[in-house]
Amino acid sequence: MDPDRKRKIRLGVALGAAVLLAAALVYTSFSASTEAKQPSDLLGGGSRDTYDLSGKVVPDSVTRTETGLRFGIEDRDGSASLPVRYTGTVPDPFREGREVIVTGRLQEGAFVAERDSLITKCPSKFSDEAAEDPEHVIIEQ
Amino acid sequence: MIVLGAACVILALLAALYAAGAALAGTGGDRRWVVSSRRAVYAVAALLTAAVVIVEAAFLRSDFSFRVVAEHSSTTTPTGYKLTAMWSSQGGSLLLWAWVLSLASSAVLYATRSRLREIVPWATAVLMGFGAFFCGLMLFAGPDANPFARLDPAPAEGVGLTPLLRHPAMVIHPPMLYSGYVFFTIPFAFAIGALITRRLDASWIRSTRRFALIAWTFLTIGVALGARWSYSELGWGGYWAWDPVENASLMPWLLGTAFLHSIMIQERRGMLKVWNASLIVAACSFALLGTFMVRSGILDSIHAFGASTVGPPILFLIACVVLGSAALIVSRLDDLRSEKRIDSLFSREAIFLVNNLLLVGLCAVIFWGTFFPLVSEAITGTRSSVGPPFFNRLVTPLAILLVLFTGIGPLVAWRRISIGVAWRIFRLPVAAAVAAAVLLVAFTDARGEPWALALFTFAAFALAALAQEFAKGVAARRALAGGSVPGALLALVSRNRRRYGGYMVHAGIGVLLIGVAASATFQTSRDLFLSPGESASVGDYEVRYVEPTQSVSQSEDRLTLGGVLEVSSGGERFATLYPSRNYYSSRDTDPSSPVRGFFEGEATSEVGRRDGLGGDFWTAMQPDLTRLDPVIERTDRRLAGLAERLPMDDPRAQVQLAALQGSAIRAIASRYTEEGPPANFRVNVNPLVTWIWLGWLLALCGALIALWPTAEARRRRVADVYAARLARDLSRA
Repeated sequence: MDPDRKRKIRLGVALGAAVLLAAALVYTSFSASTEAKQPSDLLGGGSRDTYDLSGKVVPDSVTRTETGLRFGIEDRDGSASLPVRYTGTVPDPFREGREVIVTGRLQEGAFVAERDSLITKCPSKFSDEAAEDPEHVIIEQ
Repeated sequence: MIVLGAACVILALLAALYAAGAALAGTGGDRRWVVSSRRAVYAVAALLTAAVVIVEAAFLRSDFSFRVVAEHSSTTTPTGYKLTAMWSSQGGSLLLWAWVLSLASSAVLYATRSRLREIVPWATAVLMGFGAFFCGLMLFAGPDANPFARLDPAPAEGVGLTPLLRHPAMVIHPPMLYSGYVFFTIPFAFAIGALITRRLDASWIRSTRRFALIAWTFLTIGVALGARWSYSELGWGGYWAWDPVENASLMPWLLGTAFLHSIMIQERRGMLKVWNASLIVAACSFALLGTFMVRSGILDSIHAFGASTVGPPILFLIACVVLGSAALIVSRLDDLRSEKRIDSLFSREAIFLVNNLLLVGLCAVIFWGTFFPLVSEAITGTRSSVGPPFFNRLVTPLAILLVLFTGIGPLVAWRRISIGVAWRIFRLPVAAAVAAAVLLVAFTDARGEPWALALFTFAAFALAALAQEFAKGVAARRALAGGSVPGALLALVSRNRRRYGGYMVHAGIGVLLIGVAASATFQTSRDLFLSPGESASVGDYEVRYVEPTQSVSQSEDRLTLGGVLEVSSGGERFATLYPSRNYYSSRDTDPSSPVRGFFEGEATSEVGRRDGLGGDFWTAMQPDLTRLDPVIERTDRRLAGLAERLPMDDPRAQVQLAALQGSAIRAIASRYTEEGPPANFRVNVNPLVTWIWLGWLLALCGALIALWPTAEARRRRVADVYAARLARDLSRA
């Protein structure tokens, strides 16, 4: 075969393989990603997917158990709430009334969080920054 | 001093602009311009050195009229940390970037002063373009970016250094990473020069290879120190979390590794020219991206130091670098044609190519995962993120293949090897791999973990292959010159530093990945909630919480609450560990709750750990302060009431109140040890983590050996010059 033609075919195959791999990467990332939700989004049943659940810790709901922590998370406006079961490291700024994010999935009406997934949003001392930028998060590990 | 420092930066900017302009004028062939531009680069280095000295002196003197000092240091900050607080600030880190760039540029221009006459002026222009850009950022991107911004009136006390950064690894981690990023601009600048002048043989690579290796070495040190810090300072027990900024430092490292391999093919065989040019452009862009991500706060990360003004300009610079270089490469495609073809798929060049694809593939996966939140927000409107499982799943198979090729690459000859030769060189490593696999399956838990088993097997193959190379070299050396085995080994390595240094890096990476695979797969991790006197079992160990401890460090405004853990195994004492948690006073605490703010402000973990070659026993502790809540609230109310009655503009009243706060905290601390409330403990048994640090040290030694200039190489260089002259004279004759 003419070497130039051979080169072109080889290039075509390589590019095709690269495109396929890239497509696989895009597909895996979308299927492995977790969406951000609030408790009210999940109350309607929701699927068994994994979510990042964000909201405020319900006052007087925190109990420590042998294995971890139980607390409620409510929407920012206080309208809906979900019970959460959590294990792992608890960030220092974690308090009732604070905004938090946990990653996990819904099981029998409760949100079962993955280990170490609890993140506390900025406590009040950063509230100015937090007001300007709602996505502003500090991660305490 | 502020004025003097600012003047240094302004002059450095002007000198950089002049150097770039003079270099461009010198591209016409007038050597005087080129010499002048080189001297201007030296001037930039001198001016920025002066600026760095001025900033550091201000930190040492605690001169709070420097905004950067007031915001990142305090009179109570220990001296060592005062010196290193510079790079925790935006302006300080920009100054560090520009300073290292000016030093590296001076070094490379000095080294090439009588070589690469056509390429050097263009490279100078590119380097000083970067230099001017970063000086410009310091001057024009707002007070945060300016290390010489003034505070008037100067406050009496500074904010202090973030407690998380008060760790020896953090002292050198940022400058190492930055130096790594900066040194990649040097081969990049020379690549651009080579492309513009169409001098696309391997001469630009030969002159800048060492700089790429220096960049790689700096990044290696920086990445590993970051991991080490995370392991001993963050209370979750890992060394790598796929955090965006960790990824940002790993990506140029991967591309730099690929570049260091593929340039060998261009040097030896004149192939892969487009690939090499593209790789160095990518490595340089990712280095800039790393700087951008630390400083822009675009992705949530423990490193992102808040949104800032320098993000958009750096993004603009990256766009210029990528688009400009891509256009340049496309316009030079004809000149970038390979001089030769790959003869066989079983040749060193083909193996190197596969290794390059794996490294670039790894980089692509990490890049996509890191920026996925932005991609998903752009496409679907909601911000989704991919976590560590995504990275682990995709990176693991690529890393395993990479280990395999780490072993194959050094063994295979250039051009092609025959089946008979292949059998001769591979039978020993293959036997070692098979033996390792059989032993692991028979005697360890690895049988249930196919990925880890594959990695261990391939690592055994690679290490055996490398050992065989060393053994062969030593045998050949002894046959030639006699002598003892260690003597021959020493002579072998010192005469072929690049080659055997490289092998050591390979062995180090192999050992490191064994540690990563073992600790990631076979970790035992338990969270315990224990009261003093209680115990629990973790794996084969029995952990007993003996008693709580507390201590106050006045010089660092720090309270430490800790615990004594006794660990025994099979009834015998194994270790006594002291995990603890440090709480720091911070200046921006809410005045109505000074004590509560203290406990909820910055806190760091001190890990209690016993390291061993077989595994680490790792513990972190988190005191449960809920039982102290009523006391804290009462004290806060009292202190707040007192603060209202005292004349707070009187400094003496402030001192008094601070003293009261101090004794209140001390009282709470001793109450903590008296009451002995339960605490959360994280207990990890991490197998083979020490191998990670040992592998890293081995790789580092290898890189340093490869970098060390040899007397022989110097002689050869001189001989080359004579040979070239002779050839020129002969061709004239």
